[in-house]
Amino acid sequence: MNFLIGFADSFQQNFIKANRWKYILNGLGVTLRVTLFAVLIGIAIGFIVAVIRATYEKTGKLKILNFIANIYLTVIRGTPVVVQLLIIYFVIFGAVRIDKVLVAVLAFGINSGAYVAEIVRSGIMSIDPGQMEAGRSLGFNYIQTMWHIILPQAFKNVLPALGNEFIVLLKETSVAGYIALEDLTKGGDIIRSQTYSPFMPLLTVAAIYLAIVMLLSFLLKKLERRLRNSER
Amino acid sequence: MSDNMNKDEKQLLISVDNLSKHFEDLHALNGVSIDIYKGDVIFVVGPSGSGKSTFLRCLNRLEEPTGGKILFEGIDITDKKTDINKHRQKMGMVFQQFNLFPHMSVMKNLTLAPIKLQGKSKAEAEEEAMKLLERVGLADRADAYPNQLSGGQKQRIAIVRALCMKPDVMLFDEPTSALDPEMVGEVLEVMRELAKENMTMVVVTHEIAFAKEIANRVIFMDEGKIGEENDAKEFFDNPKSERLKSFLAKVL
Ligand SMILES: Nc1ncnc2c1ncn2[C@@H]1O[C@H](COP(=O)(O)OP(=O)(O)O)[C@@H](O)[C@H]1O
Ligand SMILES: [Mg+2]
Repeated sequence: MNFLIGFADSFQQNFIKANRWKYILNGLGVTLRVTLFAVLIGIAIGFIVAVIRATYEKTGKLKILNFIANIYLTVIRGTPVVVQLLIIYFVIFGAVRIDKVLVAVLAFGINSGAYVAEIVRSGIMSIDPGQMEAGRSLGFNYIQTMWHIILPQAFKNVLPALGNEFIVLLKETSVAGYIALEDLTKGGDIIRSQTYSPFMPLLTVAAIYLAIVMLLSFLLKKLERRLRNSER
Repeated sequence: MSDNMNKDEKQLLISVDNLSKHFEDLHALNGVSIDIYKGDVIFVVGPSGSGKSTFLRCLNRLEEPTGGKILFEGIDITDKKTDINKHRQKMGMVFQQFNLFPHMSVMKNLTLAPIKLQGKSKAEAEEEAMKLLERVGLADRADAYPNQLSGGQKQRIAIVRALCMKPDVMLFDEPTSALDPEMVGEVLEVMRELAKENMTMVVVTHEIAFAKEIANRVIFMDEGKIGEENDAKEFFDNPKSERLKSFLAKVL
């Protein structure tokens, strides 16, 4: 009974009073928005870089672009995402006023692109060279063959790894508080600092991340199964 | 077949002049010249590693020749300025390993290129594909995926996929070598039909009996060169070089 009263009190303190639940809700909105748009940027960058790298590996063409792509991959994967976020916010956009959500989207998108690129590249390399030859022999040019024939198969092969990357990305956005962006984590932390009771706000935040991750994993499994069935 | 045909009436389709392909030090092709006429059914035979596939794959520049010239329908397709993609649409190719697109249904395999490259409507492309499918006896497999098909069915579909582009020549690289013996016949039957309809064909194969049956000309490829070339009957009945004689003795 005491426990229940304590719980209700704490709930009242942390979420109801002063509309503190809004920190959680707004923070969740920011986290989801940053993740969604970062995923889109990550996919765009990742596919382009993957095609450049795979083309170079297979044909020796695009030497300069491949060189640039390699620098990008080395730098992004060799430094912590928080540092990248801080550099983009304070160095690159240091002199201009810019929406923090946009900065986070860019930082996490550019970061994710490097990981997506390596996943997709391995997917492209795993496709039988006969597929490219068949496409080219019909009269498709290199890019058309990539688009219609190679990438759909590569994508299907790497879908589990890609889905995993996006789940990681969702969790990684929790460092957005470093540029004072009020995402889900920051929202919970703000409540904690106001109420001096860490338990409820932080566990709530954790539970929300967990729920989203489980939902995404579930959807991913379903999608994988559907893609696999379409080949049978 | 070609015996009673006057040379002057024949229309030159592909003219190969001193074609060579070097893989670094390895001379896979060493000065091959041949004229291919409309309606020719040319079989290419020879020991493994003699350059048969390389020759065939140079014809549509799937392999980039390192020397020589290929005129296809009067156009130098070895010229770097030529848009090879356009001309490849007119050169169907069939591979040993079929190379169907596994993520697409049979119908999509057949209609992708006609729709995307020749601007056909989906309905038109599907209607044409269906007619061809009926002719090879696979109309009921239009909605199947490649991995639901037998090897023989896959290769027949692969042939139809090339035919859907209405090519002027068909290139076959050992089309039956990856098949179980009982499925060879159904693929050869489709090729036999094509030859009857006067499709120009260049066929790399080990099926010597089949070559005897439908080829009008046969090439013996030997160490990257044309060792001997003749009308089918002469080629098999009257081989001139010792190397061809010993090759035929081995495979017959
Ligand atoms: N991509 C390649 N790289 C290096 N050598 C090759 C390549 N393709 C073929 N060759 C070599 O060229 C020669 C001719 O090969 P190929 O045309 O495949 O012979 P065939 O089809 O008559 O068996 C062989 O010695 C083969 O090893
Ligand atoms: Mg070969």
